Amino acid sequence: MPIDILMPALSPTMEEGTLSKWLKNEGDTVKSGDVIAEIETDKATMEVEAVDEGVIGKLLVAAGTENVKVNTKIAVLLEEGESADSISADAPKADADTPAATSDAAGGKAREASEETPAAAKVPAQPKLEVAADPDIPEGTEMVMTTVREALRDAMAEEMRRDGDVFVMGEEVAEYQGAYKITQGLLQEFGDRRVIDTPITEHGFAGVGVGAAMAGLKPIVEFMTFNFAMQAIDQIINSAAKTLYMSGGQMGAPIVFRGPNGAAARVGAQHSQDYASWYSQIPGLKVVMPYTAADAKGLLKAAIRDPNPVVFLENEILYGQSFEVPKMDDFVLPIGKARIHRKGKDATVVSFGIGMTYATKAVAELEKEGIDVELIDLRTLRPMDLPTVIESVKKTGRLVTVEEGYPQNSVGAEIATRVMQQAFDYLDAPVLTIAGKDVPMPYAANLEKLALPTVDEVIQAVKTVCYK
Amino acid sequence: MAPAKTASTSGRRSAAKSATKNVSKEFTGKNTPDFDKEDELHAYREMLLIRRFEEKAGQLYGMGFIGGFCHLYIGQEAVVVGMQMAQKEGDQVITAYRDHGHMLAAGMSARGVMAELTGRQGGLSKGKGGSMHMFSKEKHFYGGHGIVGAQVSLGTGLAFANSYRGNDSVSVAYFGDGAANQGQVYESFNMAALWKLPIIYIVENNRYAMGTSTARATAQANYSMRGVGFGIPGVQVDGMDVRAVKAAAEEALEHCRSGKGPIILEMLTYRYRGHSMSDPAKYRSKEEVQKIRSEQDPIEQVRQRILDGGWATEDDLKAIDKDIRDVVSDSADFAQNDPEPDASELYTDILL
Repeated sequence: MPIDILMPALSPTMEEGTLSKWLKNEGDTVKSGDVIAEIETDKATMEVEAVDEGVIGKLLVAAGTENVKVNTKIAVLLEEGESADSISADAPKADADTPAATSDAAGGKAREASEETPAAAKVPAQPKLEVAADPDIPEGTEMVMTTVREALRDAMAEEMRRDGDVFVMGEEVAEYQGAYKITQGLLQEFGDRRVIDTPITEHGFAGVGVGAAMAGLKPIVEFMTFNFAMQAIDQIINSAAKTLYMSGGQMGAPIVFRGPNGAAARVGAQHSQDYASWYSQIPGLKVVMPYTAADAKGLLKAAIRDPNPVVFLENEILYGQSFEVPKMDDFVLPIGKARIHRKGKDATVVSFGIGMTYATKAVAELEKEGIDVELIDLRTLRPMDLPTVIESVKKTGRLVTVEEGYPQNSVGAEIATRVMQQAFDYLDAPVLTIAGKDVPMPYAANLEKLALPTVDEVIQAVKTVCYK
Repeated sequence: MAPAKTASTSGRRSAAKSATKNVSKEFTGKNTPDFDKEDELHAYREMLLIRRFEEKAGQLYGMGFIGGFCHLYIGQEAVVVGMQMAQKEGDQVITAYRDHGHMLAAGMSARGVMAELTGRQGGLSKGKGGSMHMFSKEKHFYGGHGIVGAQVSLGTGLAFANSYRGNDSVSVAYFGDGAANQGQVYESFNMAALWKLPIIYIVENNRYAMGTSTARATAQANYSMRGVGFGIPGVQVDGMDVRAVKAAAEEALEHCRSGKGPIILEMLTYRYRGHSMSDPAKYRSKEEVQKIRSEQDPIEQVRQRILDGGWATEDDLKAIDKDIRDVVSDSADFAQNDPEPDASELYTDILL
């Protein structure tokens, strides 16, 4: 059967072109790969190669014809033993708007299909996420004052004892015992096979970690700070977060990226950025940002067990702070669940990570002035536990968010948008978002203080939404 | 230090030194031992499958069935086929976006690859990955990556996993002469050499990084030497001769399996088509392309040897051609008729 040669599309957007030149004549034999014609578009001149073998039976569109639509039949190729007489004389006009309706008519079908899809298909509803509640802590459980630093170390050690596929890698995690001593003692217990000092090579070791995770291991990649992870963000987002989707669910990356995030003290602009809103924008990632030591421990253990890539944002200033941690064999918290830090009825304050240090102090001050604040610690930024926030806003009618990151496109801005959309009728005042100032972090002590949120700003914001 | 099996640091160091020395003496990568009949016919069939598949993909692209980017492997077939012939079960493969040939050589189904190109539900990634993003745990194929150079670090991670588990699998990480100028390639070289990871870095030097020739893009165009600063041995291989590729692969795999760490194979090859479908290839002459096609074509070389050796007749080869065409046509039919993924797939496979 003669083979139709169609006007090809040479780019995703090409719809028509000029058939500028034929390089083969009727009667010529062609092999696949031979250049048979040249096509010009407004962008480029391209060659058309034969795909099949045969003899050119007929050229249907003359050289020099303009506006030849993609998929127009431009020539007919005869296979062995066929004659040109078998070709029907239905040479299409160059401006024919329907593609040839022979064996390759499906070409037209493909275009139709993709054109009608947007109108015909409805966007399915985003599935609701079921997240378990925090585990019960049995009565009489001993609570041990623990620093966030120790809690993180204990979480890693427990998970490494539990699962031989878990290892930790990063700069100074082994011999040096961690730049911030989070991995203290791990080398001694687990050896250099599982506690691995890397060279200073964030982009490289992030990729090595993701590759190891794709092969089924469960790496914990420590960044000395998330400021350095900007060099590695391509591997975190393009490789770790997207692979499960791009593989149709076949292959993912069970990996934890962890380390201090945001400002420490007087370390200047390049070492002081909060990446909460950056990572929390990415589908395919889970993002955790704990405040208390108990949350740090329970959530890091959950992150290590999670089959998805988890970005675990810590804070250098919190490392040394102590909180009660329940003494339990296996204390694991659910990722994706906010914690009501303090119940209240007059206004809702939502914060997370280091932001909670401002929020808790502000709430204590406000209590003295008779304002009863409900304080929610998000703990996880993605998936975000918005229902807990909405429930609280329905009760209080007022909302203030607190974080250290930049104000534009902040986590607070996202919460404000969604609360406005989902609980508009419950709001008695505009949502206020307290964030860091819109400046690179200054070094000078006084300027740095001005660039960060303050307890007073939180107090004033809560009073404002309460019209007090 | 991570995955070392040697007892002490000093022991490790001396091992590394002698390995490099031995390699420069023993490791030539220049052997082109004759193939037997079975190997020649196998190579012919495998390379022809990739060529015909890619031609068909180009055709379907022209018809509007395949969208976006589509990077064809035509001309480079001997590289991936020769490598695959030397690998054993469990060795992992990872590459960039010119990946259809790698997937077919790894044994992934023509239907699955083609239907992914057309974005259909029967595609290897359910239509959600596209030309540049397919994976197969079963065939140890780890993608399919669209960010130039990223697959080199990921491949090093696969090798790390082999080392961590103490198995004898080797990771084979492909990248182009363009990717060879990305920083993370050298970050990976450093770690692989430091930890003696079992990985073959394959530079598919097809002379052009998109439209930029190696001469215009690189200060050291001998890519096999890019590991010198890390003590990683490397050789240039005639990537148009499947026998040379297989021989070099065997040596390199043995090098990695014996614990000597990474190795670089620079495959001197050539891409006949443009970088992607919308590339008019004005940066090189038609004569240059034509000369290589007529003098060095990897498939034609095998075909000629088969005929010269009397291992098959023209008719036998025609029968093979027909078989291959049937496989490719079947994949194209499937890829055109298989439905698009269900709308409900939009929100699946984001998190486990």
